[in-house]
Amino acid sequence: MSTQPNHFAPLARLLHWLMALMIIAMLFIGAGMVASVSERHEWLINLHKPLGVAILLLVIVRLVVRFSTTQPSLPADLPGWQVLAAKASHALLYVLMLVLPLLGWAMISASGEPVMLSSSLQLPSIVSANAQLFAFLRKAHGYLAYLLFLTVLLHLAAALFHGWVRRDEVLDSMLRGKDHP
Amino acid sequence: MVDRSSPPSRPPLSTASLTLRLTGIAVVVAALAGAFAYVNGTFDPQRLTPKKLINVLETNNGVHPGFRRNHSKGVCVIGHFESSGEARSYSTAQVFNEARTPVVGRFALPAGNPYAPDSAVPIRSLALRFTQANGQQWRTGMNSMPVFPVATPEAFYQLQQAQSPLPATGKPDPGAVPAFFAAHPEAAPFLAWIKTAKPSASYVTETYNSVNAFYLVNAAGKRQAVRWSMAPVAQDAPGATAPEGSDFLEKDLVERIAAGPLRWQLNLILANPGDPVNDASKAWPVGRKVLNAGTLVLESTQPQLSGECRDINYDPLVLPAGIEGSDDPLLAARSAGYANSYLRRTSEVSQLPAAKQEAQQ
Repeated sequence: MSTQPNHFAPLARLLHWLMALMIIAMLFIGAGMVASVSERHEWLINLHKPLGVAILLLVIVRLVVRFSTTQPSLPADLPGWQVLAAKASHALLYVLMLVLPLLGWAMISASGEPVMLSSSLQLPSIVSANAQLFAFLRKAHGYLAYLLFLTVLLHLAAALFHGWVRRDEVLDSMLRGKDHP
Repeated sequence: MVDRSSPPSRPPLSTASLTLRLTGIAVVVAALAGAFAYVNGTFDPQRLTPKKLINVLETNNGVHPGFRRNHSKGVCVIGHFESSGEARSYSTAQVFNEARTPVVGRFALPAGNPYAPDSAVPIRSLALRFTQANGQQWRTGMNSMPVFPVATPEAFYQLQQAQSPLPATGKPDPGAVPAFFAAHPEAAPFLAWIKTAKPSASYVTETYNSVNAFYLVNAAGKRQAVRWSMAPVAQDAPGATAPEGSDFLEKDLVERIAAGPLRWQLNLILANPGDPVNDASKAWPVGRKVLNAGTLVLESTQPQLSGECRDINYDPLVLPAGIEGSDDPLLAARSAGYANSYLRRTSEVSQLPAAKQEAQQ
């Protein structure tokens, strides 16, 4: 019996699937709101801000869980470049999950608007008002959101490749909690 | 129990099965990417987006880097608001409850060219940002017209398109705007007003209207639809015709404010049931109850290119608790369009003429 588990810890799996839903929703909300002048624009922005803060809080919990639990190892026969791609894309996903909400928070702060999560719940500003800084942060928020969406697509394609083509344990390790024959 | 030291035996896939599985992966990824493209409007070139709204303003007015894409010519004003307490039972907003709330505002000419002569349009605008003690803000952009020409962002966009220069002549089609208004009877109240409107000689003599409707919300959660206006207090009567020259408004304002603070009364006009709350092209009948919510006191001016108002986006949906937007579709469109204009101009701050001059000083 190896000390290396076959599956991700239950809390890690819960956080993964919960955040997967939230992040995909968030990417669609963001894309929809910047392309709309209808009431949908306002409605989506009012969802985008609290959801972003929820993701920020969850990714912090998730990083703690990640570093305090043991991850299943990658299949021994996985080619080196795929091992590298897996490690790099996971690192990128974590970085973007953490950075995007912070950029959103910072860009609103830099615009001089109060950072409102609801009609009365206000977060402090994390940078002082500065127009040029706002423009930089706002663009970074947009471009990195596209990068996150592309990384999520790659992650999804790779997971399905493991499950459907390689038929190894990688997809299973995030889907199931119990070992199976 | 799977022995992890050696991979489980996996019979190789047939070419057909492998192709099918890879196709399956491609279909899943394409479906998600396609849904994303659908949401961001890639498949819907007819959709009115914030980008299109601001692009048409740039087409009509030229691009003036660093300046607002509309209401481009203006001047910053600094002052405060003194609440009368009269709106307290209608709204929990601190601005109506605290004695004094600081204000940074901006008077402007509703045109997209920062070098337009002040007589170019017979309308003036006033935007205000109230910063409450609790950190919440109320931003409002008001105009001296009583109603908006159209009710929807789509119609506003078409009205701008009607004024766009034609590629062939470099000039707008002279028949396009009359044709637009013939097809838009909702513009009648605006057209009736503009027929009698003359470019005022001063920002100070004008009354500025929210045009769009909002809701006041009180402590019990009761919502009251309102429009508001800032009416000048004890300033000389309007009617003076515009003087010669193209830059008289800012000069007039600076001179008057140097002689003492200027005051406006904030009137909150309460809708009766049935008054149109979602249509800024329709006036509300006279005789509505009006609250005098307090007095706006403007004490100093600043040039717009170095003043505090420069970097403020007067988004009418930045509202404190106790004031909410109505379902007027123009409000969401203003918010979305202003955000687009704000990103463009904040990206161009270093190109502003005054920013360059001041950097040298």
